[in-house]
Amino acid sequence: MNLESHLRAQRDRERRLLVPYITGGINDDWLATIEEVAARGADAIEIGIPFSDPIMDGPVIQAASQQALLRGATPYGVVAELAALDIDVPLVVMTYYNPVHHFGHVRFAEALASAGVDGAIVPDLPVDEIDEWADAATNAGIETVLLAAPTTTDERLATICERSHGFVYGIALLGVTGERESVSSEALQMGTRLKNATDKPVLLGLGISNPKQAREASGAADGVIVGSALVRRLLEGASPREAGDFVATLRAGLDEGV
Amino acid sequence: MAAPHRGGGVRLDPPGPAPEGLGRFGEFGGRFVPETLVAALEQLEAEFRKAWYSEDFRAELGGLLASYAGRPTPLTECHNLSELFGIRVLLKREDLTHTGSHKINNVLGQALLAKRMGKQKVIAETGAGQHGVATATAAALFGLECKVFMGAVDVERQALNVWRMRLLGAEVVPVTSGSGTLKDAINDAMRDWVASVEDTYYCIGSVVGPHPYPWIVREFQRVVGDEAREQARAVLGGDPDFVVACVGGGSNAMGTFAGFLNTKSRLIGVEAAGLGLESGQHGASLSRGVPGILHGARSQYLQDEEGQILEAHSISAGLDYPGVGPEHASLSADGRAEYVSATDEEALAGFKLLSITEGIVPALEPAHAVGWLARDAGKMIPKGSSVVLTMSGRGDKDAQQVSELLDLSKD
Repeated sequence: MNLESHLRAQRDRERRLLVPYITGGINDDWLATIEEVAARGADAIEIGIPFSDPIMDGPVIQAASQQALLRGATPYGVVAELAALDIDVPLVVMTYYNPVHHFGHVRFAEALASAGVDGAIVPDLPVDEIDEWADAATNAGIETVLLAAPTTTDERLATICERSHGFVYGIALLGVTGERESVSSEALQMGTRLKNATDKPVLLGLGISNPKQAREASGAADGVIVGSALVRRLLEGASPREAGDFVATLRAGLDEGV
Repeated sequence: MAAPHRGGGVRLDPPGPAPEGLGRFGEFGGRFVPETLVAALEQLEAEFRKAWYSEDFRAELGGLLASYAGRPTPLTECHNLSELFGIRVLLKREDLTHTGSHKINNVLGQALLAKRMGKQKVIAETGAGQHGVATATAAALFGLECKVFMGAVDVERQALNVWRMRLLGAEVVPVTSGSGTLKDAINDAMRDWVASVEDTYYCIGSVVGPHPYPWIVREFQRVVGDEAREQARAVLGGDPDFVVACVGGGSNAMGTFAGFLNTKSRLIGVEAAGLGLESGQHGASLSRGVPGILHGARSQYLQDEEGQILEAHSISAGLDYPGVGPEHASLSADGRAEYVSATDEEALAGFKLLSITEGIVPALEPAHAVGWLARDAGKMIPKGSSVVLTMSGRGDKDAQQVSELLDLSKD
């Protein structure tokens, strides 16, 4: 599936986009959770590749990553297991750069492609360091999603929008991943800046924790990514069905307002 | 040569070479960071470039290094040790600086940068606590708010430095994630910086991290090597045969080596072999690591076959790090510097030996270099050679830890 054309098609029918994040290998049911979440209103799913040193992540996703590693999850294993999924929405992996670098750019890109993954987000690989990965990804048919931050200058923002594929990931606050009390003012500014700069789908992520916040933030962009709020539930033992129920409330919030 | 001059300051040598492109040292270095930090790193690079090539900034830093940090530090010829080893040993005495280690050189430079950039808050990571103490010291001097991230394991084994930082008005944040050591302290400092980047200066303590840090820290530490080179020439009538320094992240070694890169001296970095290189419990990322990306730079890291970063082990908190600065990785790859290692046991032997022969109690980090020298004098280092060894810090901070390991009453 093509990530960007899928998201554009959903956007074109006036749907606010929802991309839930799940840490790969977090529990025994993680693949079933992805299938449930896909069926309950996600437009794409972001799969976190567990890494020992996740510097963009707050305590919840750090703990999830650690739990997955302790269960024996590996980057290669997580990617390979994704091949078994039977879902109708695109998959995008979120991986820190070291596992990619360690595997080899071409080998990693090909492993993603053969597992049916459509896109990749590499949060510690900024646009000026991306060439080697981008070539490998493009050749394998993997769309690389770039991130823009509130601190990004207008000039860089234009480059990021141009070189991002699938969608553009707007970092909705200054900080690491994790739930927040309210949507930050940076989120709305970020969305507006990106919407003015590109026609590609714009999703806001970080700190978006509930249906009300999802509705609010998505008003300034095309949709939202929700990570820690879902992953926290999984860490607390949520079943695939319960995870799906939460995603359904996000979907309802986006569709109807809260 | 960095000597006192009429203004009472230290005259710094001209700047060394800048890295290529986006902070490349050969195939190592770079700027692999979340997008949020890019603008701050670009601003820092521009500010450093402007400052470092300005005579005013260099005079201001030279003044502080003399009047506050106690530079230049002496080069001490160790006659007793020389006799014992059959080689001529000269120690570059960074242990005699204010705060007790070379860390102050870098911190004073970066504090001046922070001030120029109008930042009111500084954050830092620390392993042994020496960089944390130095940062807390500079923060007190310049009236900056200071927060130091320190692994919970290190908080435990370096209790004295924790107390010193708090005395100096800094907040010490124990880091429990991961292995609770220096690697994790850097992770948490970077996480904090992603949130606080607009008003906060991140004062990195070693030649690690994203561009421009490895370059900045090397330049602020090169005063060690520049002084040592001129002092050695005065004593030896030429350059030493060997220049030796311990390597964790590698700032004292990089500062030392920078002064000797254009000489014929052989450069030797001593990594922590912990319980032995074959045990898997060590901090020898050049001897046993592979290329990877951590803390913003491509360098050599200890990692498993899946690319997960491994926990390091060393008796010394300052060398307990699974990576190394990218310029060391480059010097190792092109053979300009050689990297060896010393075990915990050899470091303890070095700690004791230098104390008893010269009356100088080394920190556990440079005790690795002394321990290696004791082992390799007459082997890799032929008899009759001359050696400059950087005594990067003093052992007061380690006294309690070592007292539990060395029972002196039996001797």
